[in-house]
Amino acid sequence: MASDVRPQKEQGIGLGLLQGLAVTLRTMTKRAVTVQYPHVKPDLPARSRGVIALKEANCTVCYKCSRECPDWCIYIDAHKETHEPASGGRARSAKILDRFAIDFALCMYCGICVEVCPFDALFWSPEFEYAEYDINDMVHERERLEEWTYTVKPPPALEEGAEAPPEDQPEDQIEAAS
Amino acid sequence: MILAETSAIDDLFSGYWLPLVIKAVLVLGIFLVVPLVVGYMEHKVLAHMQARLGPMEAGQFHGWAQLMADGAKFIQKEDIVPAAADGPVFSIAPGVALVPYLVVLVVIPFGSDLYALNLDIGIFFVLAMSSIGVLGVLMAGWASANKFSLMGALRAAAQLIAYELPLVLAAAAAVMLAASTSMIGLVEAQRTVWYIVPLFPLFIVFMMSAVAELTRPPFDMPVADSEIIFGAYTEYTGLKFAFFLLSEYGGIVVMSAVASVLFLGGYLPLPGLSAIPGPLWMFGKIFALAFIIVWLRATFPRLREDQLQRFAWIKLVPVTLVWILGVGFVKVAMH
Repeated sequence: MASDVRPQKEQGIGLGLLQGLAVTLRTMTKRAVTVQYPHVKPDLPARSRGVIALKEANCTVCYKCSRECPDWCIYIDAHKETHEPASGGRARSAKILDRFAIDFALCMYCGICVEVCPFDALFWSPEFEYAEYDINDMVHERERLEEWTYTVKPPPALEEGAEAPPEDQPEDQIEAAS
Repeated sequence: MILAETSAIDDLFSGYWLPLVIKAVLVLGIFLVVPLVVGYMEHKVLAHMQARLGPMEAGQFHGWAQLMADGAKFIQKEDIVPAAADGPVFSIAPGVALVPYLVVLVVIPFGSDLYALNLDIGIFFVLAMSSIGVLGVLMAGWASANKFSLMGALRAAAQLIAYELPLVLAAAAAVMLAASTSMIGLVEAQRTVWYIVPLFPLFIVFMMSAVAELTRPPFDMPVADSEIIFGAYTEYTGLKFAFFLLSEYGGIVVMSAVASVLFLGGYLPLPGLSAIPGPLWMFGKIFALAFIIVWLRATFPRLREDQLQRFAWIKLVPVTLVWILGVGFVKVAMH
């Protein structure tokens, strides 16, 4: 009976029909799986691709994210500043971030920027309620991107027997944001 | 048999016009309210059978006002008549589909003395009226000047012809047992035993035919959306479309009511539960049968058009005829 894939001959008189009725009736007595979204927030996994957060302190303005971005939705402006070391010697230069913005109207949530960031400045946050009435407002500037870091959840626990993460204190880098 | 000569409404109010108006208002009220409750029940039952919640917002508490909200929406919609359509026929069709079920409700008894009209030929009247509804569908399909509408209408007509026969034959068996064609007479004849017991296969046949005649799933090829958009209703919008929907749910109520009169003893209580008044029993039976109709929709996929026709002519009709023959023998032997 289990291997019957073809249209089968009637097994008894409408036995299959009765089984079907039993299935629907049983389902009716169970609790519905619906999450009533606006009233009840969904419980999303820690690394859900909701919005990208920027921890500005970690950013070295290396432009890797904006160059890797497949649809060029990351805007970075920076200028170079030099300052003399107190101990004397050649002047040191540093890049100062002027603008960091992500256009979420363009973003396709591929996560390449988060992957490619060498200093853990970009994070996924599961927040997703940032719809706007004007498409121009979908461009999140650095202040707003910084805000999102407060919603980043700690990484999910490693599976049992998994390889230890390369960094020594994985909690610190994320917790430091809050 | 204890047959009340007149309806309770006639006893309470004197004169000719007053009871008439009150009856008309009551029948119209039942026709406008009960199908909505059945529709709401369908929303909820279908949803929970699919592990969903169904409407939850309209009217705050579990979406109880969903169908009223739908109605308000339909009223606001633009009333479109296609340029190529046969205007008057197109506009009359929803009424032709709707009114017969309203008229049938007149002869449905809700208690031994609670009815609008006790026709001697009640069940004939019911069966005749309930098959007029498809005329509205046929008119709608033809007048829409749309090939999908026409195919849907033709399917509906073919389906009606195929399933009217077992429906009438199943009803005829109950009439033979009761030796009465009046709806009250049919119910009162079941005081000893509900006809579902001796006529169980015919009850099944009657319900299947009723589902087919209402073009409800799994017999909903006339509105098979994957093939012919929405059959005869494809071109309809707004209030006219709402009338077709109301006639579908009105039809469920009416067919459930007729089935409970024929087979489930109408307003008669179960033994030992006669404390519950008759109208409640009647409504309870109507809703139980309506639940089964919804349950079938949630469970079974749509049949193919030719399967449907084969099933009616090759299986249902012979089964019904054999049972009628048996009922006839028993009836004669008992005399």
